[in-house]
Amino acid sequence: MKTMTGAQIIMAVLKDECVDIIFGFPGGVVIDVFDELMKTDIQHILVRHEQGAAHAADGYARAKGKVGVCLVTSGPGATNTVSGLASAYMDSIPVVVMTGQVPTALIGNDAFQEVDIVGITRPCTKHNYLVKRTEDLGRTLKEAFHVARSGRPGPVLVDLPKDVTQGKAKYEPLRECHIPSYHPTYEPNVKQLNRAIKLIKEAEKPVVFIGGGVILSGAHKEVTRFAEKLNAPVTASLMGLGGFPGSHPLWMGMLGMHGTYRANMAIGACDLLMGIGVRFDDRVTGKVSTFAPNAKIIHVDIDPTSIKKNIPVTVPIVGDCRAALMGLNRLLNKEKVKFTKKRRKPWLDQIEKWKSTAPLRYEQKDVIKPQYVIEKLYELTKGKAIITTEVGQNQMWAAQYYHFDAPNRFITSGGLGCMGFGLPAAIGAQVACPGDLVVDVAGDGSIQMNIQEMATAVQYKLPVKVVILNNRYLGMVRQWQELFYEKRYAATDLEHGPDFAKLAEAYGALGLKATRPQDVVPILEQGLNSPGPAMMDFWVAREECVYPMVPAGASTTEMLLA
Amino acid sequence: MQKHTMSLLVDNEPGVLARVSGLFSGRGFNIESLCVAETVDPSISRITLVTRGDDAVAEQITKQLNKLINVIKVTDLTATECVEREMALIKVSAKADLKAEILRIVDIFRCKVVDVSPTHYTIEVTGTAEKLAAILSLLKPMGIKEIARTGAIALHREKK
Repeated sequence: MKTMTGAQIIMAVLKDECVDIIFGFPGGVVIDVFDELMKTDIQHILVRHEQGAAHAADGYARAKGKVGVCLVTSGPGATNTVSGLASAYMDSIPVVVMTGQVPTALIGNDAFQEVDIVGITRPCTKHNYLVKRTEDLGRTLKEAFHVARSGRPGPVLVDLPKDVTQGKAKYEPLRECHIPSYHPTYEPNVKQLNRAIKLIKEAEKPVVFIGGGVILSGAHKEVTRFAEKLNAPVTASLMGLGGFPGSHPLWMGMLGMHGTYRANMAIGACDLLMGIGVRFDDRVTGKVSTFAPNAKIIHVDIDPTSIKKNIPVTVPIVGDCRAALMGLNRLLNKEKVKFTKKRRKPWLDQIEKWKSTAPLRYEQKDVIKPQYVIEKLYELTKGKAIITTEVGQNQMWAAQYYHFDAPNRFITSGGLGCMGFGLPAAIGAQVACPGDLVVDVAGDGSIQMNIQEMATAVQYKLPVKVVILNNRYLGMVRQWQELFYEKRYAATDLEHGPDFAKLAEAYGALGLKATRPQDVVPILEQGLNSPGPAMMDFWVAREECVYPMVPAGASTTEMLLA
Repeated sequence: MQKHTMSLLVDNEPGVLARVSGLFSGRGFNIESLCVAETVDPSISRITLVTRGDDAVAEQITKQLNKLINVIKVTDLTATECVEREMALIKVSAKADLKAEILRIVDIFRCKVVDVSPTHYTIEVTGTAEKLAAILSLLKPMGIKEIARTGAIALHREKK
């Protein structure tokens, strides 16, 4: 056993956890930790705002499938990470945020840059810790990584008082982490799987509905096999996009508030709904009492609290999505019943009919349509880019018009809907996947919430591309005002915005601007093919709306189509 | 809305009560009473809490509590055989003409007078919520100055 300082113990645990990247911002009480970090081969990405660090760690975690790590100072440094923590919490993303804290003797004294960050973040972290003794540091930090990545993943915050990181203690690396009161269920109950199989055999109009759990558990192959076996159409929540190939003939598109007509109609008509790694949130269900009214429901999730929280369930299955799907596939192999194309024909024909009734559509005339930009982005990148988004219309158009064939390629703040997420998340994703093209689809409103991170991208030569769908409005709120508030555009007109192309240049990035439809492809080509970070400003139709739309609180089959 | 008495074993650590109570306030569940103390094992505390809600709400509360890392075990005692007790200290005004009557009530309910002053008795009473309600209704007309209640504590009954 070696005697080490707290800061050295932190580095030892980080190495043990194979951490190679930290996103952070320094301050008075974490100088010791940064000083020690400098001596390691862990790369540090210095962001320009701590919210950026938290979102970047989140984007890194999603793109890489590893825990993202963040290091910030006490007080304002810590509070600035709160939106990032809340976003990661809602979307179940494994992130460890280390915050500095004033020395233990000063805690509670309203010391300079003191804040009770453990108290503040209790409801928006999976778990959090205040480390009070250097002796406890190694075990606590190890536990934090274990909690963040296991079960239903989530963010964990570790608060580090200055005397704890400066003090010395004996340290021995921990092999394993054992928390007596924490045992996530991975293996599903076989009885429940058999009950599910019985329902599956009886169903004539089944729908597979996947969510973020499929991506987090790496179950995309199993879910494809499952759907193909059943010849069942597949839809996904925003978080589930990429969990099933977007080019697959059984794919119906996203469901919910801005889901496709056929996906929402299928939910209304199906006799069996299989929700896998989803939590049936209100943007998906609309009016709960009329959601999937004719369906028996099978719900697979690793978190028991997700099950029967919002909707009644016929067969609950608690467990890891991948394990559950492997179990179901195994049982289906033993079955004599075949789910032939012939048996499914009436159901799949019906879905095809809905598809032709109301496909996703827009008309490209003399003003650039935002959907057109995304469609061209999809074509030019051959669907291979990692797409991050901001929040609002840009996010929904990206979800509708960019089709994902693989998981971990669509990175968006789904549950929290946190504007300012996309650019720092793109930076995190770019660090995680240096060889990939990473594009942040943004609006002119949300990009300005963390636009300072352009400096980070330039400093670390991270060639992220930002596609701004610039309508000089806070577009999604304006859309609600147009549709439900008699066009009273209260506080949504961003009359004056910066010249984004010039701003990008001021940061040292490439700045481009397109105002005519014929400019879209050349500008995209120029921006995407440039070697460094680029910001492309597309002046789009100001009052374009996202359709279909299920008004809040309406049934999913009551869509506004145009 | 049914009453649910829940018994929790939790890590005896700072902040654990805040996690439990924060869960209730954050998710809009209510707490009627809550009682915490160390168990025989000083690293573990028992929280007994009483809440109200239909079965779905009670199920969600149980699951959410179980999800907290510091919660070791949650039992909803409502559906099981259990002993449930609550203690109250009741300070009642003891006017000369009512003293005998108060002592008679104390005797009938098998409780104790634990503090006496020229003007007041402080009565210690232990029992079920019904017993406490009964004695309170009898003492109320005499003038209750102050009252302190523990909230319910409960344990599962072992098989006979």
